Amino acid sequence: MSTAASNVAVIEAPHGEVDHNHHDPNLAHHFDTPEQQAQTGKLGMWVFLGTEILMFGGLFCAYSVYRHNHPEVFEYAHQYLNKTLGAINTLVLITSSLTMAWGVRASQLGQKKTLIFMLVLTLLGAAGFMVVKTIEYRSKWNENIFIGHGNLFAADGAETKNKAKVEGLEEEVLHTHEETKPAQPVLTTVTPEPADPNFGGVDQAKIVPPNVTPAGMVAPESSAAAEGPLTYEQLGPIQRHRVYTFFAIYFCMTGLHGIHVLVGMGLISWLVIRSARNEFGPSYFTPVDLIGLYWHLVDLIWIFLFPLLYLIH
Amino acid sequence: MTTATHPGKHYDAHDTSTPVVDDDGHVHVHVVPLKILFGVYFILVLATIATVAVTWKDFGQLNIVIALAIAVFKAALVILYFMHLRWDNLFNGVILISALAFVMTFIGVTIMDSGQYKQNYVPPGTRQMISSQNGI
Repeated sequence: MSTAASNVAVIEAPHGEVDHNHHDPNLAHHFDTPEQQAQTGKLGMWVFLGTEILMFGGLFCAYSVYRHNHPEVFEYAHQYLNKTLGAINTLVLITSSLTMAWGVRASQLGQKKTLIFMLVLTLLGAAGFMVVKTIEYRSKWNENIFIGHGNLFAADGAETKNKAKVEGLEEEVLHTHEETKPAQPVLTTVTPEPADPNFGGVDQAKIVPPNVTPAGMVAPESSAAAEGPLTYEQLGPIQRHRVYTFFAIYFCMTGLHGIHVLVGMGLISWLVIRSARNEFGPSYFTPVDLIGLYWHLVDLIWIFLFPLLYLIH
Repeated sequence: MTTATHPGKHYDAHDTSTPVVDDDGHVHVHVVPLKILFGVYFILVLATIATVAVTWKDFGQLNIVIALAIAVFKAALVILYFMHLRWDNLFNGVILISALAFVMTFIGVTIMDSGQYKQNYVPPGTRQMISSQNGI
């Protein structure tokens, strides 16, 4: 099935040099030449990718601000993410990028079988990614780690109710009892007098020991990593209040990325159907090219998400 | 496309970025050699392993710098070779760089702004939480 065949009017070009193009079923009537059409499509796709970068940029901004303001929260909460699964997902997406680029090359050379094979491999990679993502999400949901206030770590004054669950989960994930616990927490909280009207204000500096950071935690003498994994006990009340925010950011970013993967899977399936119908060849492979660009962007975003979410230390 | 159907036509792996129209009106475009695709893929896999490996050693403040540097390197490889930007119209690169510049401005200025806020802001429920912790 051709794309614009029915719309192509056969017009006698004034000098006759390009009239053969008007028999090209893939050339839309408002373009002079196929390469102009292809370049225009590519330009449009890059502009769209620019908007996608800006959209994810907003989420990366949220991530950056929260991490900048509450580094300990990120250091603590990311321990619940499975690094192995994250690494597997990264390798799967990079491989799917390879197969997609190979597929574009195959469409340029008119290699129909290779093209379909590569598109199917890309689809399988995407499906594998979503399977791993589902495993990760379900393990979170089983532990009551959700995106909003239902989150295990949400502390609206009801912290004591969840504390046992948090400690149990912590023991399971961080194996805290296997590590030598420090005699005293490395990071302690500073509880100012409740009647102090300046509590939380700039005057805090007056009543707080000099080695306490503005977040209310004692700065460790040595690297906290030397003391074993960061535990909930070692977070101050302000930090505990913020732990669920990390998971909100995690779910929003990986979730939006996952939606993009699903959309990509739909588009690549469409390409498989069209390729099977012999619609692509050296004179017209633009859809494969452009959807390939979209897929590489999806891979690019994950390349940044993986170290920023999973590998914090 | 084989030479049987289009005699005299060949694909040169070192074409420049803009498509070239030959005498019978057909379009040459740059086709990425398979060797380059595999080479880039191999480097990307190594860089992913490096991304994980560097987390085993603590570099302090440099941790995030190193992580982002490796990520940027991987991104550059994907953009230049997989996304074909190396052989493409330069303006597409301008669009990409502009988008990235705006995101960095957005994040940079927001962090600068957030640094101006009250340092010890305590959310409303915290006093109650502290009291309940102390068993009051």
